[in-house]
Amino acid sequence: MSDIAPARPGRFSILANPTRFLELSGKVQPWLYGLALLALAAGLGLGVVAPDDYQQGATVKIMFIHVPFAWLCMMIWTVMSVSALGTLVWRHPLADVSVKAAAPIGAVFTALALLTGSIWGRPMWGTWWVWDARLTSVFVLFLMYLGLIALTRALDEPGKSAKAAAILVLVGFVNIPIIKFSVDWWNTLHQPASVMRMDGPAMPAAFLTPLLLSALGFTLLFFALHLTAMRNEILRRRVEALSRLAARRAETPSKEALA
Amino acid sequence: MTGPYAAYILSAYGFSALAIIGLALWIGLDSRAQKRALADLEARGIRRRSARSDQTAPSSR
Repeated sequence: MSDIAPARPGRFSILANPTRFLELSGKVQPWLYGLALLALAAGLGLGVVAPDDYQQGATVKIMFIHVPFAWLCMMIWTVMSVSALGTLVWRHPLADVSVKAAAPIGAVFTALALLTGSIWGRPMWGTWWVWDARLTSVFVLFLMYLGLIALTRALDEPGKSAKAAAILVLVGFVNIPIIKFSVDWWNTLHQPASVMRMDGPAMPAAFLTPLLLSALGFTLLFFALHLTAMRNEILRRRVEALSRLAARRAETPSKEALA
Repeated sequence: MTGPYAAYILSAYGFSALAIIGLALWIGLDSRAQKRALADLEARGIRRRSARSDQTAPSSR
């Protein structure tokens, strides 16, 4: 019970200092963007020259973006859930910054997963949309992203909404396994998993390689954008604090003169 | 890219590119706005306490 402060701070506690975080993230940032663009160029380039699928025809090309978007919208919520634990359990000062910064990015990728899926579904299923378990659960995820965005921006004081947002993220995490296993638990129009399966990926390398590269590229792009958005949020809070300070000083100009 | 599905494929890629570029632009412009606001405040002599102590006293570490 006696050792309140650990002798050597861990990796995450070093990052708890926003100034330190800004310094480190500034160095990492350009590399992340560079690697993301490289992987995307390779993945999408291979995707363009990939052969047509015997069932899907040329629409298989939509899969090289649809599948990464769908993976990402679940991964981003998972990243936010870890951050939410950071807010509630470890009281990490950057945890709620992470949640707030990730939410709009997650919403965009979820919307794109729904949209590209719909565009693929029209020629392949003959319908833009069905309320099957997979599509509905992802739609619910999208609504949760929107709710979270509203909640993280509802109050001026960022600390006040942090706890509520963290609870919403953790409660919403229930939906992630539901999305993942919806195609196994229910009879869906959406096909079951074909990459992450016990017996290995069920597709030839001509499709698997561009898919994995593009997934890697979009994942790196998410982390790069997330990092920039977190830096923005830290700077925004500094600007707000300093503006308040400036306003206080303007109200009591004589305080320093009197001292 | 002239098959029967070209319009579907191009619109899927087009909307995705538009949305992601828009997102990146939004985050990039936000970054510029915050940096400018901070520089503006500093130019008016309003600094964070830690930034001020950096200039007057040597760091404790």
